[in-house]
Amino acid sequence: MPETANDLTNLGVKEIRDGVAGGDFTAREVAESFNAAVAAAAELNAFIVTTPDHALAAADAVDAKRAKGEDLGKMGGVPIGMKDLFATHGVQTTAASHILEGFKPQYESTVSQNLWDAGAGMLGKLNLDQFAMGSSNETSYFGNVNSPWKKDGTNTAMSPGGSSGGSSSAVAARIAPAATGTDTGGSIRQPAAFTGICGIKPTYGRCSRWGVVAFASSLDQAGPMARSVEDCAIMLEAMAGFDPKDATSLQMDVPNWEAALDADLKGKKIGIPKEYRMDGTDQAILYSWEQGKAWLRDAGAEIVDISLPHTKYALPAYYIIAPAEASSNLARYDGVRYGLRDLPEGAGLQDMYAATRAAGFGDEVKRRVLIGTYVLSAGFYDAYYTQAQKIRTLVAQDFEKAFGQCDAILAPTTPTASFPLGSLNEDPLTMYLNDVFAVPASLAGLPAMSVPATINEDGLPLGLQIVGKPFDEQGVLNAGLAIQQRAGFEAKPDKWW
Amino acid sequence: MSVTREEVAKIASLARIRMEDAELDRMVPELNNILDWVEQLGEVDTSGVEPMTAVIPNTLRLRDDVVDAIPETSGGRRDDVLANAPAAEHGFFGVPKVIE
Repeated sequence: MPETANDLTNLGVKEIRDGVAGGDFTAREVAESFNAAVAAAAELNAFIVTTPDHALAAADAVDAKRAKGEDLGKMGGVPIGMKDLFATHGVQTTAASHILEGFKPQYESTVSQNLWDAGAGMLGKLNLDQFAMGSSNETSYFGNVNSPWKKDGTNTAMSPGGSSGGSSSAVAARIAPAATGTDTGGSIRQPAAFTGICGIKPTYGRCSRWGVVAFASSLDQAGPMARSVEDCAIMLEAMAGFDPKDATSLQMDVPNWEAALDADLKGKKIGIPKEYRMDGTDQAILYSWEQGKAWLRDAGAEIVDISLPHTKYALPAYYIIAPAEASSNLARYDGVRYGLRDLPEGAGLQDMYAATRAAGFGDEVKRRVLIGTYVLSAGFYDAYYTQAQKIRTLVAQDFEKAFGQCDAILAPTTPTASFPLGSLNEDPLTMYLNDVFAVPASLAGLPAMSVPATINEDGLPLGLQIVGKPFDEQGVLNAGLAIQQRAGFEAKPDKWW
Repeated sequence: MSVTREEVAKIASLARIRMEDAELDRMVPELNNILDWVEQLGEVDTSGVEPMTAVIPNTLRLRDDVVDAIPETSGGRRDDVLANAPAAEHGFFGVPKVIE
């Protein structure tokens, strides 16, 4: 690879956009550099399919616009990775499942279309946990994703987190300057924390769900993953916006988050929820939380203690609500309209459904569909599903009360750093506990972000989470920026791929 | 509450997922672990609490009463709809014989 190409893959969204606009390099040069980096990183298994031609075509369009003096768009000349949960016209969209292998949507998801309209190009479709169900990127039909990070002095394959594990791995490895993610119960924030990058899940409804393969519709929300708070602000602006094709889309203007970024937190109160101090949390994580408080205090904020009393019930409630919605959403995979069909010799329609779904879904997906079917079944609905929805109300009310005392909340993103692939597979429950700090904000629909804080004693990244009031992505981004400026996180994984 | 092997088989049948014996044997303890764990929700007093229906206050919109107002979700796209069907025949989805 030529030296200049190497340099270009170190750039983030803002630097690429401004560099292309200013004529420091062309969008085509950028796309070629990242295409080459993607092609050379097959060992990460971050991409399910690569689309170098898409990236080049978008880049050429941006370069042509520049030649004519036209506006290049918010993401002009920035090639990105697209989580393979977003429907992309004519490009295989699988949700990392066998049941959707070969599926080529005849339409484009709203979020991806918004990004292309803003001048971005697509490097490829990123691997993920199957149907976004998982926290380690080990449930994909297309194989595990490797984190670019290793524990110091070891060669053990580490988890990039999940479900947006292809996204986190690609951005941390600098084979993409940014990527889309989706977050149902932590799937943007946890992988961002595991790989030393930023990721924000906006308020529920900010980004259209149209064309996003549905997991749990009342929770699913798209967001950007990138290496800086500024880059997340830019990309979220491009992704968000009202969409009449999504009944839960927020009919609100998209603020100019990038322009309003301000790390001065004077007059702001940051809440520290006492219930997040849980058994089993790493000492290094608790220490980084203390650092985070000091950084925000230094930025002018006042730190206040708050209580979110129903925190411990959020995760079990989530594991009723999300599987319940998943069991309904995934009923569409029937071997009739798209995707896999398994029709045993002489089988009727019912047998075809059962055979198709047996062959097409992975273990974790089946587990969740069964749990969901059970908690929605006659006789159990009230005891499980209705009770969980009531607890969801209580979790949301906890936040509402807390926001009477503070403007945003600071907490760890995860209870531990990344773990070796294969180390938590014995028991699904231990895996679920990864999202214990992420799920409450999801249940309440709140904007929440993970920002890299530090490196632990093993040389692995740790993240801090900021949770904001509904619609206050700006407050979340600003607090994130204050942390970013003080944490000085510059560690990057040594290239082994 | 815990589920028996027969109940798991019944749930799998309701979910239209064929499960072999070995898979059922594996699933039963896994599901029971999860169900035992969510059992703790029962200790929360939720009397007088409304179950959540919408996480962010939002009103359901009415669209203008215009046919095919949004091209992507409108009619006239038979070939697009059938493009990914495993067995599209004569402009329809093909399925195994349903009626004897």
